[in-house]
Amino acid sequence: MEKKKIATRDGFGEAILELGRENKDILVVDIDIGKSCKTGAFRKELPEQYLNVGIAEQNGAGIAAGLATCGKIPFVVTYAAFGSMRICEMIRQEICYPHLNVKIACSHGGLTPANDGASHQCIEDLGILRTLPNMTVVMPADYVSAKALVKAAAAYDGPVYLRFTRDAVPQVYEEGEAFEIGRAKLLQEGHDVSIIANGDTVCIALEAAEKLAAKGIRARVLDMHTVKPLDKEAVEACIRETGRIVTVEDHNILNGLGSAVADLVAEHGGARLRKIGVQDQFGQSAPYERLLALNGITADNIVLQAETLLK
Amino acid sequence: MNSQELITLKNKATELRIRAVDMIWKAQSGHPGGALSVADFVTACYFKFMAVDPSDPKWPGRDRFVLSKGHACPAQYAALAMKGFFSLEQLDTLRKEGSILQGHPDMKKCPGIDISTGSLGQGLAGAVGMAIAAKLDGKSYYVYSAVGDGECQEGEIWEAAQTAHKYKLDNLIVFVDNNRLQLDGTTDEVMPNIHLGKKFEAFGFDCYEIDGNDMEQVVAAIELARVVKNGRPKCIFGNTVKGKGVSFMEDQCGWHGTAPNDAQYKQAMDELNALMIKEEA
Repeated sequence: MEKKKIATRDGFGEAILELGRENKDILVVDIDIGKSCKTGAFRKELPEQYLNVGIAEQNGAGIAAGLATCGKIPFVVTYAAFGSMRICEMIRQEICYPHLNVKIACSHGGLTPANDGASHQCIEDLGILRTLPNMTVVMPADYVSAKALVKAAAAYDGPVYLRFTRDAVPQVYEEGEAFEIGRAKLLQEGHDVSIIANGDTVCIALEAAEKLAAKGIRARVLDMHTVKPLDKEAVEACIRETGRIVTVEDHNILNGLGSAVADLVAEHGGARLRKIGVQDQFGQSAPYERLLALNGITADNIVLQAETLLK
Repeated sequence: MNSQELITLKNKATELRIRAVDMIWKAQSGHPGGALSVADFVTACYFKFMAVDPSDPKWPGRDRFVLSKGHACPAQYAALAMKGFFSLEQLDTLRKEGSILQGHPDMKKCPGIDISTGSLGQGLAGAVGMAIAAKLDGKSYYVYSAVGDGECQEGEIWEAAQTAHKYKLDNLIVFVDNNRLQLDGTTDEVMPNIHLGKKFEAFGFDCYEIDGNDMEQVVAAIELARVVKNGRPKCIFGNTVKGKGVSFMEDQCGWHGTAPNDAQYKQAMDELNALMIKEEA
């Protein structure tokens, strides 16, 4: 049966509205891309909890910090490229350093703003944000997990970077599935090789696992929705029980999920690792699938890498 | 304000200057110039206008103070200690390991600091966020913020200023410490702040230009800024002297971030102590 496809940014839009209805301290700080980041319903229904600070990202981060000192729970909403880099130092100094309860909620993570080209694609954010002390970094894989993880982020008292994407993605989870920040989801058990993915690439990982199964290779598939704090237990279990790991992400191969896993593998020893991700190069205007293919972020390449590790 | 109250405030400002220079000398590190130029505004806020409770620094109804030019924190630390947020002895720990008095203000370490600052250009946006929060919650507190003139070269200041206008923040009082010096030289040399006060007006502020080192004018401007409830944020454009009160520091950009040596310290103390006005019993 073909699964329903919805974008993770839609999950954010739903969740933030539900959160806002329940708690008047939940605020949206938009930066003039609210329509695209799916805050429209929130804006319409909860105008008292809605701010739009114009095309001024630095200001958005600073205002959110000030609001948080007064007990508000502001969600700064923009695109990943701007929410991670344009305002990186504001997030560091004004939000992470004092551990303020501000959420940076970004759509258009990774290569998903495909036609927009390199200026709007964002392959650096997870690496940058996970380097900041006190920051939690989350990237949901589908609509259901996006909704749940937005709510988990709101319940957590501290800075969180949430990365959503533009395109509709297949539903991985059933409604009602529970999620915990920092706790990976085991999507498929297997002991030959582990595939650790997040975001839009979780579906690609599942597709690869099916192809591997057809070849008699049993792959474990993890949705590592939280890049920081990384679920060390889950990764160490992969090292111990499968000895072979392929990481997959729509992010630069430098400093993202693969690097976080590689740190543990290097410390722990006893496993071989292949990292699949953007090949340290900028994107271009092209269909999303093409951009993924140009970087080897495909089910076939996951299969190839897994087989290489098994040789 | 009667003349006795004015004298008391002037002496508080002098005491604050003495304590600021003293802690910088003891630390052999810090920024005396900007602390001395902004001292009169800081004094007026804490000792005349702000509703704060040193025994409950996070009291939600308190007035807020955002030192956007965070390097001038010795002035604010002195005020907080004099108000009783922490002991006067703790001023001696400025910039020392484990101190609540970091080189730039840290809201998590130091009671009475409402938001962490230090990276220039950022504080005003934080102050705007606080003022918006007051409006959202129907609270009547004021947010005071001191911004450096050099700092106004940062674009984020103007992003915050336009937001203060949009959200009608007449509970926001911004003091521009126009001492006309910055680290590398005069503001005219480095980057002229052409029509700085007019810029705040153009961004929707009511702007009052005063001598920012004249306590009477500072108090009058803050009084006016508080009572005029017209939906417009307020800018007190204070012409000040960097290093005010210590002759050899005055109007010298070399004293932006330099600690005095022992001989300079003694001279500074002598000059500042001489500014104390005898108060009637």
